[in-house]
Amino acid sequence: MGQLDFEKLKHTPQYETLQVLNENGEIVNRDLMPDLTDEQLVELFKQMIWSRIVDDRSTKLNRQGRLGFFAPTAGEEASQMASNFAMTKDDYLLGGYRDVPELVKHGLPLAKAFMWSKGMVNGNKYEKELNAMPPQIIIGAQYVQTAGVALGLKKKGAKALAYTYTGDGGTSQGDFYEGMNFAGAFKAPALFVVQNNKYAISVPRELQTAAPVLAQKAVAVGIPGIVVDGMDALAVYSAAKQARDYIIAGNGPVMLETLTYRYGPHTLSGDDPKRYRTKEEEDAWHAKDPLVRMRKFLTDKGIWNQDQEDAYEQEVEKEINQAIQEVESQPAESVTEYLQNEFVETPPAIQKQIDEISTKEGK
Amino acid sequence: MAKLTMIKAITNALDEELGRDDKVQIFGEDVGKNGGVFRATDGLQKKYGPERVYDTPLAESGIIGLANGLAMQGFRPVPEIQFMGFVFEAFDQIAGQLARERFRMGGSRNFPVTIRTPFGGGVHTPELHSDSFEGLVAQVPGLRVVVPSGPYDAKGLLISSIRSDDPVIFLEHMKLYRSVKEEVPDKAYTVALDQAAVKREGTDVSIITYGYLVQASLQAAADLAKDGINAEVVDLRTIAPLDEDTILSSVRKTGRVVLVQEAQKQAGVSAQVAALIAEKGILSLDAPIKRVAAPDTPYPFSQGETVWLPNKQDIVNAVKETVNF
Repeated sequence: MGQLDFEKLKHTPQYETLQVLNENGEIVNRDLMPDLTDEQLVELFKQMIWSRIVDDRSTKLNRQGRLGFFAPTAGEEASQMASNFAMTKDDYLLGGYRDVPELVKHGLPLAKAFMWSKGMVNGNKYEKELNAMPPQIIIGAQYVQTAGVALGLKKKGAKALAYTYTGDGGTSQGDFYEGMNFAGAFKAPALFVVQNNKYAISVPRELQTAAPVLAQKAVAVGIPGIVVDGMDALAVYSAAKQARDYIIAGNGPVMLETLTYRYGPHTLSGDDPKRYRTKEEEDAWHAKDPLVRMRKFLTDKGIWNQDQEDAYEQEVEKEINQAIQEVESQPAESVTEYLQNEFVETPPAIQKQIDEISTKEGK
Repeated sequence: MAKLTMIKAITNALDEELGRDDKVQIFGEDVGKNGGVFRATDGLQKKYGPERVYDTPLAESGIIGLANGLAMQGFRPVPEIQFMGFVFEAFDQIAGQLARERFRMGGSRNFPVTIRTPFGGGVHTPELHSDSFEGLVAQVPGLRVVVPSGPYDAKGLLISSIRSDDPVIFLEHMKLYRSVKEEVPDKAYTVALDQAAVKREGTDVSIITYGYLVQASLQAAADLAKDGINAEVVDLRTIAPLDEDTILSSVRKTGRVVLVQEAQKQAGVSAQVAALIAEKGILSLDAPIKRVAAPDTPYPFSQGETVWLPNKQDIVNAVKETVNF
C-alpha cells in the first residue's frame, strides 16, 4: 500500500479524488490498494450488504409503525462501513444520527439501535466496554466532543483514537472548525470524517461554502485533509487505515472527506428528495453503487458468489427479526426511572417529583 | 485558618482537588501561565504541570466540548468560561449536551464536570462581562447551579461541586472576589450542595437571595434591626434545583417575604421561588411577596449600572413595605 503524504497535505489541499476500485470493479490505483486478506475483504463486503439490508428493512418497519426515527443510509455503505472497518474496538466513536450502522458494527447490539429509533432511552444504556456515544442530533456537536475524547486518550497514553462523522452541511458549523482546531492544537488522536452526500436535507453542497473541496478546510487548522471516492470501499478503507496509523503514531488528527450519496430521503419523517434532486442525478449516482463494484471485484477474484450472498442475506434477515422481536417484548419505559437516572445524587427537589410521578405511574 | 478573599478561597479549593484526585483537569482561556484573568488559577500550572492545568484555544463551545469528551474518558474536568457573558457560545455543549448526557444514556455514564464562570455587575466592565444569566442555566434540567456568597462557602461548595459525579455550573460573583474576607480553613472541607443556609436568623421577614446580594441583604438586615425589624436572610447557595424545605420553613416562621436578585425580573430565580411559595406556602403569608430585581433591559453600560443594580437601600425599602403592609 503506497503511503499518502500526510505532511504535505497539512498545508497543500488535495483537490483530486482518490479511487482504488472503479465503477466496473477494476483496480485503478494499485499503489493505494489496501493490505486486506481475502477473509477481510469478504467481511467488509458482508458489512456493506448488512447495512443495505438493515436500511431496507428499517424503512419497511418504519412504514409499518414498528420502528421510529430513521435516517436512510443506502448508497453510503462504502463511506460508512469501510471507514469504520479501519478502526478498532478500542477506538472511540462519536457518530451522527445517520451513523447507526457503524455504531452497531462497533459493538452496539442491533436491538438497542432499534430501541433508540423507537424513542426508548434504554437503547442508549451502553455497556462499559462500548467506546461510543449515542448518535448525535445536533449537527457538529460531536466534533468538539471528539477533541475532548482524543485529548483524554492521549493523556492516558492509550493506543487508540476518537473518530467522528458529520456531513457536508456539518462543515458549515462553528463546532466543526472548533473541534478540528482544538484537536490540532493539542495534537490529539482524532479522525474527523466528512461524509459529503451532496445535500444537507435539501440544501446543495454548493450553497454551503465557496470551498471547492471540503477537505481543504483541514488545511486551515494545520491538519491533513484527504478526499476519497466515497462509493469505493477500498479507497475509503485505504485512506482511513493510513490515517489511523498516522494518528496513532502521535502525529495529530486527520480529516477525511468521502464523496458519496444517500439514495433515500434525509429521514423518513416526511422528506421528499424529488423537491430538490433530479432523477438523472440519482440515476448517475446509482451507477456508481458501492455494493455493485465491490461484488464484481470479489466475484472476479473468485472469493464471493451469488449462493454465498443469498445465504448471508437470510442470516441478516434472521438477525433483524430477532432484534425487532426483542424490542417489541420490552416493557414500557418509566418516567420515574428517567428522573432517577438524571442525577447520580438525586437532589431533594427532584426526589419530590419522583414521588409524584411514581404515584401517577402506579409504582 | 486564615482570613481569605473569595478568589483565594477558590484557588485554594482548586489546589486541594488537583492534589487529591489526579483525574481533575483545569483548562480554559488564560488559566495556565497567566493564572486566569482574575488569578483564580494562579500558580496551579506551575505546581501541577501543563498536563493538568492548561490554556485552550479561544472558543467556548470547544472548551465545554473538550470537558464533555474528557469526562467520557473518565476525567473530572473543571473548565473555566472567562466571563458568563460568553456562555452563549457554549450553550449547546452545556444545555444540549452536558446537562442531558446522563439522562439520555439511561444513567450508564457519569459527567462530573464543574464549569466555573465569573458573573455579576458593579465592577465597570465592557458589555457582556457583567450579566447575570443564572436564570438561563437554572432552567436546564440535569444541571446544578451553585452560587457562593462569600469565601468560606466558595471553598466548601467548589470542593463539593468538583467531587460531585453530576455536572455543576459554579457562578462566582465578580464583586465578591476581593471585597469580603472570611476565616477559611487551610484544609479541604465541603459545604453541602442542594442546601440553602439561613445566614441571619430573624422573625419578621424572610429575605431570600443568593450571591453578592446576600452581603447587601445582611447589611440591610443590620440597618433594619435599628428600626426594630428583625429580618431573616436565606442564602439559596444552590439555585437549581432549589432547597424547598429551607425556603418554606423560613416563610412559615416569618410570614413575609422579600426576594432579592441582581438579574432582571423576567422569568428568573426569584420568580421560581415566588411560585414555590405560592404553591406550597401561601397560607403562611401575611403580606404579598415583594421582589427586588433589576429592570428588564440588557445589562447596562457602566455609567448606568449604579442605578440599575439593586442595592442595600432597595432591600431596606422593600422590607419596610412588606412589614408595613
